[in-house]
Amino acid sequence: MSVVARAAALIVAFLCVVGLGVFVAVYYIGSATTQLPIVHYTASNGQVNVVLQEDPQNDSTTRPDWVTYYTQDPSTKQWLHTTLFSVPANTKVNVTIYGFDGCTPLRNNYFSEVQGTLGGTVTVSQFDQHGKEYLTDQAMSVINSWSNCNVGHSFAIPDLGVFVPVASPNAQLSANNLCSSSPCSTTGNPYARETFSFMSPSQTGTYRWQCFVPCGGGFLDGNGGPMQTLGWMMGEMDVVSA
Amino acid sequence: MAIEIQPERAEPTGGDPGLAGAERPWWRRFGVHTGLVGAVAGYFLGHWLGNFLGGGFDRSSLADTNDVALVLGYAFGTLGWLVGLGVFNDLFLMLAGKPVREEPRLLGLQEPGLAKYFRYTLDHKVVGIQYLYGMIVYFLTGGLFAMAIRSELLSPTYHLMGPDQYLMVVGEHGTMMMMMMSSVILGPFGQYFGPLLIGSKRVAFPRLEALGFWLTVPAYFILLSAVLMGGFPTGWTGYEPLATQATQGEDAYFFAFGLMGISMILAGFNMIVTIINYRAPGMRWSRLPMFVWSMFTVSFLQVLAVPVLVGACYMALLDRTFQTAFFANQLGGSSFLYEDLFWFFGHPEVYILALPGFGVISEIISVFCRKPLFGYKVSIAGMLGVGLASFFVWQHHLFDSGINPDMRPLFMLTTEIISIPTGFIFLVAMGTFWKARIRFSIPMLFALAFYFNFLIGGISGVFLSDVPADTTEHGSFFVMAHFHYTIMGGLIFAFFAGIYYWLPKMTGIKLNEKLGKIQFWTMFIFFNTTFLPLFALGLMGMPRRVFEYARNLETLNDWVSISAFCLGVSVLIFVINFVMSMTFWREPEAGNPWRARSLEWQLPTPPPPDNFRRVPVILAGSYDYGVPDPLPVADFNPPPGVIGTAYAPASGRVEG
Amino acid sequence: MSAAGTPAVAGADASREPRHGWRLFSIWVVLSVAACLVIWFVWYPHMPPGRMSDSARGEQFDIAVLAVSAAPVIIGVLLYFTYAIVVWRARPGDESDGPPIYGNTKVAATWIIGTTLVVLWLFVFGTVQLVVPAGAGAGEGPSPIFKLAGTQAASWTPGTSDMLQVQVIAQQWAFTYRYPQFGGMESTVLDLPVNTPIEFHVTSLDVIHSFWAYKLGVKADANPEVDNVAYTTAKATGGFVVRCSELCGIWHGAMYNNGTVLSQGAFQAWAAGVQGKEQRQGVLAALPAYALTYDPTVIPQLGKNIVQIDGITGAAGYYYGSSNPVTP
Repeated sequence: MSVVARAAALIVAFLCVVGLGVFVAVYYIGSATTQLPIVHYTASNGQVNVVLQEDPQNDSTTRPDWVTYYTQDPSTKQWLHTTLFSVPANTKVNVTIYGFDGCTPLRNNYFSEVQGTLGGTVTVSQFDQHGKEYLTDQAMSVINSWSNCNVGHSFAIPDLGVFVPVASPNAQLSANNLCSSSPCSTTGNPYARETFSFMSPSQTGTYRWQCFVPCGGGFLDGNGGPMQTLGWMMGEMDVVSA
Repeated sequence: MAIEIQPERAEPTGGDPGLAGAERPWWRRFGVHTGLVGAVAGYFLGHWLGNFLGGGFDRSSLADTNDVALVLGYAFGTLGWLVGLGVFNDLFLMLAGKPVREEPRLLGLQEPGLAKYFRYTLDHKVVGIQYLYGMIVYFLTGGLFAMAIRSELLSPTYHLMGPDQYLMVVGEHGTMMMMMMSSVILGPFGQYFGPLLIGSKRVAFPRLEALGFWLTVPAYFILLSAVLMGGFPTGWTGYEPLATQATQGEDAYFFAFGLMGISMILAGFNMIVTIINYRAPGMRWSRLPMFVWSMFTVSFLQVLAVPVLVGACYMALLDRTFQTAFFANQLGGSSFLYEDLFWFFGHPEVYILALPGFGVISEIISVFCRKPLFGYKVSIAGMLGVGLASFFVWQHHLFDSGINPDMRPLFMLTTEIISIPTGFIFLVAMGTFWKARIRFSIPMLFALAFYFNFLIGGISGVFLSDVPADTTEHGSFFVMAHFHYTIMGGLIFAFFAGIYYWLPKMTGIKLNEKLGKIQFWTMFIFFNTTFLPLFALGLMGMPRRVFEYARNLETLNDWVSISAFCLGVSVLIFVINFVMSMTFWREPEAGNPWRARSLEWQLPTPPPPDNFRRVPVILAGSYDYGVPDPLPVADFNPPPGVIGTAYAPASGRVEG
Repeated sequence: MSAAGTPAVAGADASREPRHGWRLFSIWVVLSVAACLVIWFVWYPHMPPGRMSDSARGEQFDIAVLAVSAAPVIIGVLLYFTYAIVVWRARPGDESDGPPIYGNTKVAATWIIGTTLVVLWLFVFGTVQLVVPAGAGAGEGPSPIFKLAGTQAASWTPGTSDMLQVQVIAQQWAFTYRYPQFGGMESTVLDLPVNTPIEFHVTSLDVIHSFWAYKLGVKADANPEVDNVAYTTAKATGGFVVRCSELCGIWHGAMYNNGTVLSQGAFQAWAAGVQGKEQRQGVLAALPAYALTYDPTVIPQLGKNIVQIDGITGAAGYYYGSSNPVTP
């Protein structure tokens, strides 16, 4: 081959490789968080209100058999399919979790104990699909997931010592009437509403959070799939300077 | 003695292009393009079949993934690739009773153009060059993943990538390196120079040898395809039961590893038979070059240890697809079974990686010290000793895992014993250097760096073999430093030594010396600044495969990361050197620039298609430097009748 | 192989040829002694993993001894190569070959015997150091043979020789700790008493993890349905970090917690306090009975009989099927 032809071939090959590399780097290896929106909560009166919901598996998500969390955008009140949010440091964080999924026992029932919240309790209300509130604002320090059907999932930030079981609709409702389209709405679906608070730390950084109920159906020990994918049953809480 | 399917031609006609009759243009012959078509067709067929078979499994419907479809897709895709490539053509022709098509094999390297490198070819020299380019591509890919790892580890708190992507990158880097690099010296140099060094015109099983190479290509792409599926979270060791729990990327890992394993088995098998049966008359075992001895040992390791891996991968895939429970403790299986199967392969694997490096370097130091190799028999004992003992040490990866406690002193002993034959390599080197006349060519520089790196790597292995000390060091960055020193500092430096040494013979082109020296010095310095601090990091409590670490370790990690980027630049310098030298500068280097005595340097460049016009008679060993009036290493035109008397003691008919 | 070789030890040509062997040997002795002294007196006191427990001290000692044993080897080889490339390099323009030395039986024999002796010394030393400090903090599996002396008691009392039993339960992705001698209470915090023999029982509920208490010098893999026992005695109070050191999935890198070694009285107060609190809250009653391993597919106390669930498909088995055990 002549020198010119070789040079041309070489330049073309080089550009292809570089292009492929850049594509791979940006699209795949780039941070997952650039593909998932981060919900930013800003403080008012020294507090932030984080609102989450966890949904049963249903056909309206890209993975019909995966359970998932959703996070509510504070300004638009839209439910975003993400598990990344940020709170300011040294602030009281009030968390509200809507539990739409039915009950599943914890693998390690020790996580039935509420840990790391202010007051050591969570406050639970339960509603049926007609909106009737059959349990009102019950403060609980333990929700025993093995004694009857009452825990759907959990929310834990291990680095901060926050471990909270998330209540679910009761056994009858879990079996028959669960929400079938995500994000679930409180109208027409049974759910449990749980609130608790904790103080965000003064050290900024990213704190992971996860669920301790192995609900990944089809995966060995239930800890695969949604349990190991950002945006589903695990996420990150960024603590930013206030 | 030679086992021939076709009678050897009395008068070689190498170089005559009219040999095979009319040649069809490249796109009408079997090659990579037809292989690709076959691969795609096979993948879709397999995927459909898998959906048909396994679509109804609870596991599939609950997890929204169908591993059966994916695995069968890979399997049929690989088969389609091989069929499309033309691997089975001769087989089908023979089954049909037709004569095997005369491939212009005997043109070999002299066939003009690049198309021969993209085809299933039976000339071991072409296969060697295919391996060379393949291995460089695989190495660079793995290296890019390493750069990503070090980028993430720059900060313990700010994360460049999500935790799932970090694990994917870690797994891809490790598997790409450990899996594909097992042939990094045996492939390019072993396949190319093995027959040349023993005076043979060919390998015993050229079809198996070429198949071994062409299996690495689907293995590479299947491994990379894991990226599209979110990667695999187990790292290169694939520990169960996490591997069963993982999503689909894990199938890609197991399947690719299994494919590469088959490639290694075939290559090893071919090499053993070639070395035993195809040595030229006079090439006694006591005259065999050290590189050939290392290939011979490694081939046994491959043939004996790799099948265990293929079995383990197969069982793991069954666990993941048809819900068997080989490795699930709570269903009656055992996670320890996987660990044992894997490491029974895994330990010989690291010697498969290390031993060819010993072989190459032994050749090089003899040439550039202008002295015979000191203690030839000791060196062989070292190689064979390491190879044999490597089967008896694997439990040292499992010291803390809950194995029977009385096993641990036993395996501590065997692991420490294996350092004795490893030490022989250093004895041989030191003896060869005694009162030598050392020339610091680039291969020699890499050889010296090899000894330096392997010394540190080997000694740190002794630290790890001590069970109490291993309590702190296991699973930490200390282990990382140890194996990067032995494998990258050993094998990869030996690979570069081999390239600079042998490229003039393979292609007639020599790599630019100035760039080569720059590459050497940057690579050596930055390699050490990157990996030496990892010993400290490990001892200070940083586990492996983590994306977060204690904040007080950040400075050291930053130093390591910056050094790693510089190391990447040094490899880039090599790539530039290689590409520019091969395509533009093309400084010719024919003949024997190193004035070496070994057989391959006595041939023209590039060697003729059937290597030797006539089978040579070997008269002396290739290490007879400094001997006044030495015998020539071989007689390339032995008069008729001489061969019978000079024949090596082996049974069989004499080849004319 | 040709056995013709000039003796490698120099001195054959005493008039002009410098005695390389003696030169090398003397430099090597000086450097080795210096290195060993520096390692032992300067580095050893600061060697990881520190002195917080007897197993950590043992490991620190081992690493120092290994370093002292390895230093002369490293120095010897590096010195030799440096000497060789300085003294024996080819002068520019010199195209001649070196002397045809094929081997030297004496040198080879010395080397082989020497390396064998070093290896045997390391083996004996390593075995002794494994046996004497009760397994050196490494996980010994369900039937340990190197044990600490200590009384196996149903409850732990400070000031006695009672061994404290701590069960480490590894799950994806946090460690929890159970103290059977305190009613089987469980905690996410690992507090330990000082100067007490401690018996760790490490197990896992899902995949393979590894319990690595760095400063205590304890590392034991956590396998599902396997009880891995490790021993140590903490010798100083203070904080330490526990990290997972076997890749266990996505949050492996973040799977760590802090622990503290307290005085015996403070530990007793803490443990009793946690036990009391969990008893009052009903958590203690909600935990399964203390056992050395747990089958994660068995969920007791569901108001029904103990239910066996297919572990392949997640904690609750056919979660969305009609055989869902929580379906009334």
